[in-house]
Amino acid sequence: MSMNLLNLLRRRTGSAPVARERLQILLAHERGLRQKPDLLGLLREEILAVVSRHVALDPDKVIVRMDRGPAVSTLEVDIEIPNGSEARLAVAS
Amino acid sequence: MAKVLVVTSGKGGVGKTTSTAALGGALAQQGQKVVVVDFDVGLRNLDLIMGAERRVVFDLINVTQGVAKLSQALIRDKRLENLWLLPASQTRDKDALTEDGVRDVIAELRTKFDWVICDSPAGIERGATLAMRYADEAVVVTNPEVSSVRDADRIIGMLDSKTAKAEAGDQIKKHVLITRYDAGRAARGEMLNIDDILEILAIPLLGIVPESQDVLKASNVGCPVTLNNAASPPARAYSDAARRLGGETVAMVTPSEVRRSLMGRLLGRRAA
Ligand SMILES: Nc1ncnc2c1ncn2[C@@H]1O[C@H](COP(=O)(O)OP(=O)(O)OP(=O)(O)O)[C@@H](O)[C@H]1O
Ligand SMILES: [Mg+2]
Repeated sequence: MSMNLLNLLRRRTGSAPVARERLQILLAHERGLRQKPDLLGLLREEILAVVSRHVALDPDKVIVRMDRGPAVSTLEVDIEIPNGSEARLAVAS
Repeated sequence: MAKVLVVTSGKGGVGKTTSTAALGGALAQQGQKVVVVDFDVGLRNLDLIMGAERRVVFDLINVTQGVAKLSQALIRDKRLENLWLLPASQTRDKDALTEDGVRDVIAELRTKFDWVICDSPAGIERGATLAMRYADEAVVVTNPEVSSVRDADRIIGMLDSKTAKAEAGDQIKKHVLITRYDAGRAARGEMLNIDDILEILAIPLLGIVPESQDVLKASNVGCPVTLNNAASPPARAYSDAARRLGGETVAMVTPSEVRRSLMGRLLGRRAA
């Protein structure tokens, strides 16, 4: 009991609270990744499927990248389309 | 009914081998028939901590490969007749250990012992996954420090997904054992405190083992700390933890209450 009180009083000092907070944020993030082990792979596959319904694509030229920031993350999708397929693209649209 | 327990952590050097030996010793002292199994292929140490390093003839890999019978590889403890060791191989590659081999050995050990305690290697690779593969329960060892807690969290995720029990849709029973706990540093707010660790990991607490010279002394002479100096604070913590594993309800003693008098605490002095 008295120990808990002491802890409370002391909590304001020391680096332990910082450690706890950093861990909580990090683990929330890592646990999310664990549930969806390969989010990027999945996104890449589905984007590839959608785009290749309309354009002939080289699967190796589809690059999906995630950049995690503290507040927002950005998803970058880079698809190289061979010049020959542009005609079909025009016809399709 | 035999219980297979894995002692695991993710991070290296947090006290898995120390804990395996100490819990094994305590359970044996409490009358259980126990085998401690070293899964740290290539880096075995459990034999040294148990003081059996000069009696190793065959090892776990020899048994999985049929080179030796289980009875030839098991080493009986010098102090307690119901405590046994199955050593790891020091020379073989860790790939020599196969999943089927491990399954068969564990199944055979189940018929002979009350407790099968598997000392996992560090990391999250093959050795660690094989050590936890056929476990019913897990002791996740962590130190009150960020990287160790992070790795513990990762290991908990693996226990819930990569064990045979988890794959069968069952829950593996998990406990966290906090070791190398320094009451003085915790009180000064320099170390993650127990409540924070428990809140973050969200699994029940098996025990708190204080940082102590007694652990080093015991390893120097090759004896589990619970057998070497049963009255010492770490031995008591391990012994209580062993009782909890057996299903007993034992009041949790935080190391500060053991190591420091009220006066000492108020004055902020360290106990000797
Ligand atoms: N409660 C304790 N007090 C003091 N020293 C300790 C304590 N627990 C463990 N140690 C020391 O920490 C070191 C690492 O312990 P141990 O070998 O048990 O860890 P491990 O998790 O098995 O390591 P590895 O990942 O390499 O297998 C050893 O020197 C051991 O004596
Ligand atoms: Mg070890």
